[in-house]
Amino acid sequence: MDDVKTPSSEERKSALSGLGTSRKRVEDARFTQGKGNYVDDIKLKGMLFGDFVRSPVAHAKIKKIDTSAALALPGVHAVLTAADLEPLGLHWMPTLAGDKQMVLADGKVLFQGQEVAFVVGDDRYAVADGVALVEVEYDELSVVTDPFKAEMENAPILREDIADQKEGAHGPRRHPNHIFTWESGDKEGTNKVLDEAEVVADEMVYYHRTHPCPLETCGCVASMDKVNGKLTVWGTFQAPHAVRTVASLISSIPEHNIRIISPDIGGGFGNKVGVYPGYVCAIVASIVTGVPIKWVEDRMDNLMATAFARDYWMHGKISATKDGKITGLWCHTTADHGAFDACADPTKFPAGFMNICTGSYDIPVAYLAVDGVYTNKAPGGVAYRCSFRVTEASYFIERMIEVLALKLGMDSAELRSKNFIKKEQFPYTSALGWEYDSGDYHKAWDKALEAVNYKKLREDQAKQLELFKSGKSRKLMGIGLSHFTEIVGAGPVKNCDILGLGMFDACEIRIHPTGSAIARLGTISQGQGHATTFAQILASEIGIPASDITLEEGDTDTAPYGLGTYGSRSTPVAGAATAMAGRKIRAKAQMIAAYLLEVHDDDLEWDVDRFVVKGAPEKFKTMKEIAFASYNQAIPGVEPGLEAVSYYDPPNMTYPNGAYICVMEIDVDTGVSEIKKVYALDDCGTRINPMIIEGQVHGGLTEALAISMGQEIAYDEQGNVMTGTLMDFFVPTAWETPNYETDFTETPSPHHPIGAKGVGESPNVGGVSAFSNAVHDAFKPFGLTQAHMPHDHWRVWKIAKDLGLHN
Amino acid sequence: MEKINVSMKVNGKNENLSVEPRTLLVHALREHLEYTGAHIGCSSSHCGACTVDMNGKSVKSCTIFAPQAEGADILTVEGIGTPDKLHVIQEMFKEHHGLQCGYCTPGMIMRSYRFLQENPNPTEEEVRFGISGNLCRCTGYQNIVKSIMAAADKLREESNIEKKEIA
Repeated sequence: MDDVKTPSSEERKSALSGLGTSRKRVEDARFTQGKGNYVDDIKLKGMLFGDFVRSPVAHAKIKKIDTSAALALPGVHAVLTAADLEPLGLHWMPTLAGDKQMVLADGKVLFQGQEVAFVVGDDRYAVADGVALVEVEYDELSVVTDPFKAEMENAPILREDIADQKEGAHGPRRHPNHIFTWESGDKEGTNKVLDEAEVVADEMVYYHRTHPCPLETCGCVASMDKVNGKLTVWGTFQAPHAVRTVASLISSIPEHNIRIISPDIGGGFGNKVGVYPGYVCAIVASIVTGVPIKWVEDRMDNLMATAFARDYWMHGKISATKDGKITGLWCHTTADHGAFDACADPTKFPAGFMNICTGSYDIPVAYLAVDGVYTNKAPGGVAYRCSFRVTEASYFIERMIEVLALKLGMDSAELRSKNFIKKEQFPYTSALGWEYDSGDYHKAWDKALEAVNYKKLREDQAKQLELFKSGKSRKLMGIGLSHFTEIVGAGPVKNCDILGLGMFDACEIRIHPTGSAIARLGTISQGQGHATTFAQILASEIGIPASDITLEEGDTDTAPYGLGTYGSRSTPVAGAATAMAGRKIRAKAQMIAAYLLEVHDDDLEWDVDRFVVKGAPEKFKTMKEIAFASYNQAIPGVEPGLEAVSYYDPPNMTYPNGAYICVMEIDVDTGVSEIKKVYALDDCGTRINPMIIEGQVHGGLTEALAISMGQEIAYDEQGNVMTGTLMDFFVPTAWETPNYETDFTETPSPHHPIGAKGVGESPNVGGVSAFSNAVHDAFKPFGLTQAHMPHDHWRVWKIAKDLGLHN
Repeated sequence: MEKINVSMKVNGKNENLSVEPRTLLVHALREHLEYTGAHIGCSSSHCGACTVDMNGKSVKSCTIFAPQAEGADILTVEGIGTPDKLHVIQEMFKEHHGLQCGYCTPGMIMRSYRFLQENPNPTEEEVRFGISGNLCRCTGYQNIVKSIMAAADKLREESNIEKKEIA
């Protein structure tokens, strides 16, 4: 050993592929070879299929359901209706938002696409035939699709089941179609500031209804093993443990007899957080038939019935001094929740973290009120690549800043800079009560403006405007600015829970005798690459190469309890648990090393992958040696083996932030927009894997592009879904998607063990404002203040027409 | 419904199946033959997750009946490489982070496989147009395009070496 040169600390560190390295993904081998294991790939012996009869209308009484023709069809085994589920108490189920939802239509339907009956048969084809043969008689009722009409005196009552309930899950209800009113901040103080302000901008900002639309739809395979009394469900679950607990509570099957497995998930983006009727029906059908049941929704089912996002009408007032110092912010939001309140927010936050709507700005006083109402639309309100309404909040404030800048006649980049929370103000408590952990907004903003040469861009824009005005061009140039502050990593158990389950997360680590390891987490990757990045966190903590660490998630029989992956919480919460569990391993390893080296624990210091005797660098024990010793030595006072578990309750949220700039060219006559540049600077604290961060930013920006430029779930007045297929629901192709420039600053979170903040959702949150602001900016010289998204070609053409630019 | 016999060659192997005439090729591949690489994302020809190669052309297997593939030569993502020697396109997707959740990946790789034979020396714009029948919700395409461009370079190098060896 003496004559072999010991690699330097740097060389050993590099061999670990730990924090900060662009490690290639371990998931990719199976995915590139078609060997992923998604729900629809699961095939069990004797498995049957199930699918829904769905309502063709948005609001109706059900007069009659005739299943006889379907049941007579060879290959159809059963048809479940609410009447079959009622004796089990499963015709309704609790939602994550304290409401309840019909599993199968109980006497009436409340939205188009609602689940009415569940047909079970030999295969998809037999089931489709069965679905077509179920006859349902509907008695149509008046429809409400406009949330502002929901609380009118003569509005049809949607939820007759709770029509007389004056108290909802989140306080008093004033109308049968009213769900809750949620307030935050200082109402009187804000009104006073607005009344006395030198300048006030007043605007209605609509963030339209859209859908996460992961490429894989939702589905499950439920298998009730009657011999062992054990229920196993493979499904598209972003929170498998929470699903297990909910399944136990509503089915009365003891929790230890339920095993929930999230296999590979083909994208989630919030769509797979909720519990859907398909899961419940598959489970019941498996219990009834005694064989495994597969349910996989098709794309139309997915877009029409599971988990819409947004649909917030945000009326804002923002006040400032004449020279542009913001003095107050007021917001009243009308939230269209559809037929059931099925938002996936922490219990105490019926409007999620909408009260992060003061954004990146030091605003002395603010007030927010959110009214949730029922309409004849699908339930959902999930966080589509977002932490609980942060995208809505961020879009709101970034539009209000632009509207205020117009009113002040001030450049909005300068207005932002003038009002940013300053570096020295962190930790900063916002007017609506959040404690921002860290940030350096001015540094990021200046870097971004310089990177795109903002001054030159404005000059180019002015030249283009001259060309347009002189009739030499029919194109306008828009520069979209956006600075966002996210609030992610829900969250501290003291104020964040879902159905009473504290939103901690966990990691369990076992080191094997030969020095490799397995770590299990309560989260579940849906493309984020957890198996790659969490191994990197651990590699840096315990000195075992990332390639020697297996990561496992998603099986509730083996993984420690956690609240799952959504709201960018995996890195802030489970990532912290991983680091803390790693530190427990290291603490025990230190005791073992001290014993082996015959020194006191305090005489050792950690050096990348080993404990070294202070002042005697030739005396050390590597983690590999320590691992073997933990299995092979009888060490007084130390248990054999090397394992640790950490359940991490974060002391605070993390606050990732960033500066995004989009340059767009708009053809006034066709409404076609062309993205010329997108620059995205993210500060997500400590960077674990820059390659994966960049990939996340590209993907999130593309979702933001889709949302702002065309993607929507639209209804007509009868409650028909107008965008139920990928023909109508805009998902950008490679052809429409630009290349992105990414950049970063790095301001670690002071309370996270490794300083990481999470990044997956930032580009969706910040991106939408950048794209939408670019459209607004292009038409600013002609007097446009606010135009609602999505800015598809027709709507942009209409803006130009309404401004008289087609004459 | 009465079943009919269909024969096709899948990944070089002759397969005979008995299916209902209305069975879609994607279901025949996934459920009868257990090639689960091709995925279903829309069932309406929009997303391309089910793309396979049929008689030297890219097809969306959710829009073809299995009987239409009678006698056809089908290649799926499982057939272009082996665990020990991946196809260059598979390697490049790994190398350039051309995938995240992996659901679109088999279709994307199979489209790239055919596209790079149709156009071995494409511009970025041609790649973007060439894969515009395949949707991805995770990557924003930037790294997919990068992966395909890198694969094109490698495949051309390999082909030049082969040509030289023959010469």
